[in-house]
Amino acid sequence: MTSRDAAVRIKSVSHQFGEAGDAQFVRALADTSLDIARGELLCLIGPSGCGKSTLLNVVGGLMTPSSGGVEVAGKPVRGPRPRDIAFIFQENALFPWNTVIENVRLGMLFQGVPKAEHETRAKKSLEAVGLAEFANHYPAQLSGGMRQRAALARALSLETDILLMDEPFGALDEQTRMILGEDLSVLLSRTEKTIVFVTHSLGEAVFLADRVAVFSARPGTIKKIIKVDEPHPRNPEFVTSEKFTALRNELYALLHDEIRKTVAEGA
Amino acid sequence: MEFRKERVGAGGRAVQIGFLLALLALWYLATNRWGVNRLLLPNPIAVWHQLVDVLRSGEFWPDLRVTLTELAAAFSLSLTFGTTIGFFVSRTGYTIRVFDPLFAGIYSIPIILFLPLYVLFFGLGPASKIALGATISFFPIVLSTIAGFGNVDRVLVTAARAMGASNYQLFRYVLLPAALPVILGGIRMGFTVALLSIIGSETLASLAGLGHHIVQLAEGMDMPRMFAYIAFVVVIAALLNGIVSFLEARGRRHA
Repeated sequence: MTSRDAAVRIKSVSHQFGEAGDAQFVRALADTSLDIARGELLCLIGPSGCGKSTLLNVVGGLMTPSSGGVEVAGKPVRGPRPRDIAFIFQENALFPWNTVIENVRLGMLFQGVPKAEHETRAKKSLEAVGLAEFANHYPAQLSGGMRQRAALARALSLETDILLMDEPFGALDEQTRMILGEDLSVLLSRTEKTIVFVTHSLGEAVFLADRVAVFSARPGTIKKIIKVDEPHPRNPEFVTSEKFTALRNELYALLHDEIRKTVAEGA
Repeated sequence: MEFRKERVGAGGRAVQIGFLLALLALWYLATNRWGVNRLLLPNPIAVWHQLVDVLRSGEFWPDLRVTLTELAAAFSLSLTFGTTIGFFVSRTGYTIRVFDPLFAGIYSIPIILFLPLYVLFFGLGPASKIALGATISFFPIVLSTIAGFGNVDRVLVTAARAMGASNYQLFRYVLLPAALPVILGGIRMGFTVALLSIIGSETLASLAGLGHHIVQLAEGMDMPRMFAYIAFVVVIAALLNGIVSFLEARGRRHA
């Protein structure tokens, strides 16, 4: 891949928390390099604490790595880049004192979108995630799945080229997860967005990703990259295909230890 | 505070009113039937006549003005310093760990004990009441401000920063609405203790004010009129607390 195609270039990023010798010292990431193509959906999967969320925060400029660096759109990342990058967090990061549509508008206000565009963009993104009727509800009045849809609408309204998703469906039940995954695939096939998606779920990774980057245990680095050669939007039948099963099994083999942890956590 | 949201209903309200009426009836019977000394406990009807006279004559105005001025000055001071200092302390974990236990510790001692010191420094006039009221009400306000701003969910701050929020926007749209419910509770508490400590210190050492007047009547053995003044202060206090609670509820809605 040439640098022209790469939306995100991760260049030998290492990160540690605390100083060597400290009780709190943790080497989270070790010398990780990766190019992410424009319009690609890349999943990061790996054992708990392998540094995949750390990597996502480094890409988004929320964290400065101990060494190495990240380029987004050809420019080094030195802090949050709200014009290029939107985040979706695992926890509910909606402002609880604002309604759904107010949350979406507030994101645009922070990013600096002209006021005149707020209304149309907010409506458009809420329709895209199927929450138009719930625009005036407060987050507490919505289910977990609907709250994540609202968070997605807020991120979409920012019209960034890059979307970083940190286990966005991690707190949801299996069925809600499946439906949201399918909807996300449809939604994203219509956009040209580059997406980095951190997940614990093998099925989710195979179903959504163009490529899956598998992390080793701490200090994490990319162990292997698996290509999922299947056009978007992905059909629900893809889940029952032999190709899906084969890819899932390959991931399972690579992540065997982690599966036990995942099962133990009841995810 | 959760139980505040639910209404007690007509039955509950009847019990509350019945309880107060029963107290009044006991008072009446104690003085008219059971022969309790009138110097200790005046007859409620005599008190009522005195209260009507106090209100008609308007003689309460000078003392009410003194007390309310002291209250306004003390509360403005504690509100300004409490919220400002609280906000800056809440900015780092280190300052919270240093100052929060310090303020909480001082708040737990009865500051009214220092009234003689305040009188020595500020005199018998309103200044000592203002200083004492401001000191006592500063603590609940500063503590709730630290708690409010110090416990804002990290992910909300991160999300706002990631979306490009400026420092002002972060304060106005994230920190303030997150902290306001907690801070408003502390402000209401601060108002209540300011009122209590000002009237209390007026009864102990002062030249004017409602508390001062009540003690004067007591010393003159004018029990019915003293009780009338106490009833008057109770009504004023209830009114003020009602206004503050109303403003608090409005503040919560508009956060």
